[in-house]
Amino acid sequence: MRQKLLIVLAIVTCFAFGATMAHAEELTLGLKGEPTSLDPHFHNVSANNMQSLYVFDKLVRQDTRQKLKPGLALSWKPVSDNVWEFKLREGVKFHDGSPFTAEDVKFTIERIPNVPNSPSSFTGFVSNIRKIDIVDPHTIRFTTEAPAPLLPRQMAAFPIISKKNAEGASTEDFNSGKACIGTGAYALVKWERGDKIIYKRNDNYWGEKMPWEKIIVRPITNDGTRVAALKSGDVDMINFVPPADVEGLAGNKKLVLSESPSTRLIYLHLDTDRDDSPTVSGNNGEKIKNPLKDFRVRKAISKAINRRAIAGRIMDGLAVPASQMVPDGYEGTSKRLKPEAYDPKGAKALLADAGYPEGFKLVIHGPNDRYVNDADIAQAVAQMLTKIGIKTEVNTMPKSVYFGRASKLEFSFMLVGWATDTGEQSNCIGALLHTYDKEKGFGSSNRGRYSNPELDATLEEALVTVDPEKHNELIIRATEMGIGDLGIIPIHYQVNVWASKKGLAYDGRTDGYTLPRNVKVNK
Amino acid sequence: MLAFLIRRISQSIVVLLVMSVLVFGGVFCIGNPVDILIAPDATPAERDRAIHELGLDKPLPEQYMRFLTDALHGDLGNSFVYNEPALKLIMQRMPATMELAVTAMLMAVFFGIPLGMIAGIKSDTLLGRSIMRFSILGFSLPTFWVGLMFIIIFSVYLGWLPSGGRGETVEVLGVPVSFLSWDGIRHLILPAMNLALFKTSLAIRLSRAGVQENIQMDYVKFARAKGLSNTRIIGLHVMKNIMIPVVTVLGMEFGGLIAFAVVTETIFSWPGMGKLVIDSIGVLDRPVIVAYLLITVTMFIIINLIVDIIYSILDPRVRLGDQN
Repeated sequence: MRQKLLIVLAIVTCFAFGATMAHAEELTLGLKGEPTSLDPHFHNVSANNMQSLYVFDKLVRQDTRQKLKPGLALSWKPVSDNVWEFKLREGVKFHDGSPFTAEDVKFTIERIPNVPNSPSSFTGFVSNIRKIDIVDPHTIRFTTEAPAPLLPRQMAAFPIISKKNAEGASTEDFNSGKACIGTGAYALVKWERGDKIIYKRNDNYWGEKMPWEKIIVRPITNDGTRVAALKSGDVDMINFVPPADVEGLAGNKKLVLSESPSTRLIYLHLDTDRDDSPTVSGNNGEKIKNPLKDFRVRKAISKAINRRAIAGRIMDGLAVPASQMVPDGYEGTSKRLKPEAYDPKGAKALLADAGYPEGFKLVIHGPNDRYVNDADIAQAVAQMLTKIGIKTEVNTMPKSVYFGRASKLEFSFMLVGWATDTGEQSNCIGALLHTYDKEKGFGSSNRGRYSNPELDATLEEALVTVDPEKHNELIIRATEMGIGDLGIIPIHYQVNVWASKKGLAYDGRTDGYTLPRNVKVNK
Repeated sequence: MLAFLIRRISQSIVVLLVMSVLVFGGVFCIGNPVDILIAPDATPAERDRAIHELGLDKPLPEQYMRFLTDALHGDLGNSFVYNEPALKLIMQRMPATMELAVTAMLMAVFFGIPLGMIAGIKSDTLLGRSIMRFSILGFSLPTFWVGLMFIIIFSVYLGWLPSGGRGETVEVLGVPVSFLSWDGIRHLILPAMNLALFKTSLAIRLSRAGVQENIQMDYVKFARAKGLSNTRIIGLHVMKNIMIPVVTVLGMEFGGLIAFAVVTETIFSWPGMGKLVIDSIGVLDRPVIVAYLLITVTMFIIINLIVDIIYSILDPRVRLGDQN
């Protein structure tokens, strides 16, 4: 009798265990964006860059706080001012079994500028490399035109592909899976466009052991549908939980929420260049000399914005008031800069001091389908400014129209976002605050055409200073100059939220990526 | 018949040409896709390179002429975003949309027409009135709201059906279809119901009106006097007569169903062409937008043609050649 009972028990446990095992072997993710291609060098955009990390590895990895960690390279050091040496990991194999060597690195870097029809290429990350020397199969040297302190960061921006499999391959070959062969934790099985991407585990992976045999990524762009898919159990985890749903999901005992601040900065850019600015006018609509050129006016605008109210009410708590380009704790952040305190009285006094006691008229332009609650933030900023006398009108539009017009300098005052994907702020300063300079490639997103020669010189010096401490100091100084002078007015950093079934949690990343290696299994 | 066909086709070509000019100009006016696609920290030189590679630095007429020459060779251009032929991208997605649209249309026909006939014959009964109320609801509720309600009720609360996606597909002659596997059917039900709701209501209204109109006619009275059974009168004679407007309207609606299933596709993350084109419009991916619209217009032209032909079969008085 007892024996019988034991057998029954054993069978039952087997079934129960088997069931949980089968469940644990598959992970279904419902993600907001779908990559436009599986060619990791075709389109430099977040959805693609994230998805390529399932199949491929980079020489240098970024951890959840975007600090650099060894990836396919074990270590790196500058050999001289213009030369970096990378030691590569040995014994790493591509999914087809071929070994990973320095040849693959060289091949990758040479391919990047030559991906045909790339709408946004990775060329910027390799353009300063003049020469690549393979010392031995696992040692590679890069000679740069000028000292390049950011080379390890650059190497953390693009994945390494297989020379054997990708030589002569087109973007289409990656999409079909033929050339999509990497060293990563997962290998591509199939991409059914618009519906799902299926991956299977690479059992020879050099890194963390992954608990799931199979991963299915389903692109679900609609926020409501993504949340419903998680609630109904169709997917195990979703990213970009909309702020409005967070409270409801937090009350659900079957689900777990994971939060992480992000490097996505929402800021205001102002025309600090032209005397006659397109959307500024006097109180009766007459033309006036652009008041935004006056530091006191910019300061008044910054003081008039109640950042805590925006973070609390409009963003449902999913935002952190911002003081500079990237959140505290990142390399190159200034400890002296603090989020501007809300001070409408002080703002009014400054306006009066600047010669605008009655204020003036302004239009704020912004996108309405790009950032979390972008149109609402623009609305709130307009109301706050109107309160201190700057009568602000709101004009928001789809991103397809907005960015083109913004880059043509059609606006005086605009709401924009910036994500520091590299985890380091020199490219952000270079693009937003450095004087627009087509030749040198600076100021590409400086839509206010802010210009400060001292800042330009400091940044350019930092970009050729290899010593990490000196480099950081210069970056901090440049940040303090630009932000201190309000070349841009920071509002907040977005906070990202993931939601998963009970038993799973996500180690949230500041870059907002959803990667299998950061999914935690709680037993 | 032949003259009719030739005239129709030449008219169609003019329509296609005009449409392509309009779309080309329209997208050009909205903005430059590179501004949306390019990484914000890309250098101005990099931006110029991308614009050059995509051929966007040429004057618009030149871009259009190049498109036209390629189109005559069957090449509608490569997508800016996916770097794959636009036609291929759309064709990849077409089976999913077709399957959804056909299923929704069949639902509308098989539920809508009988229900509408019942409502027409028994217009004073509770049943007849209920059917009409349902059709009013079906007309007036917005598709996206109904879709979300379906998901909340059937997926989240009841857990009967999946909330989205296409599920398992089976290849038939190289075309993946859902309706041949149980998993696929489960995924198909909700979006098809969502899409069919409006068309079912339309079919109900059309057939009800048709029945009510026809039932007063002399031929029905005559048939009654001849002693034909009610089933035969309604099922054959009346049916034939009400089918003419129903076929015309539903035929046109079918085109709309295929071309504009986008709301349903987005809510149920159904991988159809509607979703593709909405994404493409969002990033001004002109080749895909143009190709999509060309295909849609062609489709409408073909459907129109088929409707006209079916029309002439249903009503022998109509002659195709006589239209002018």
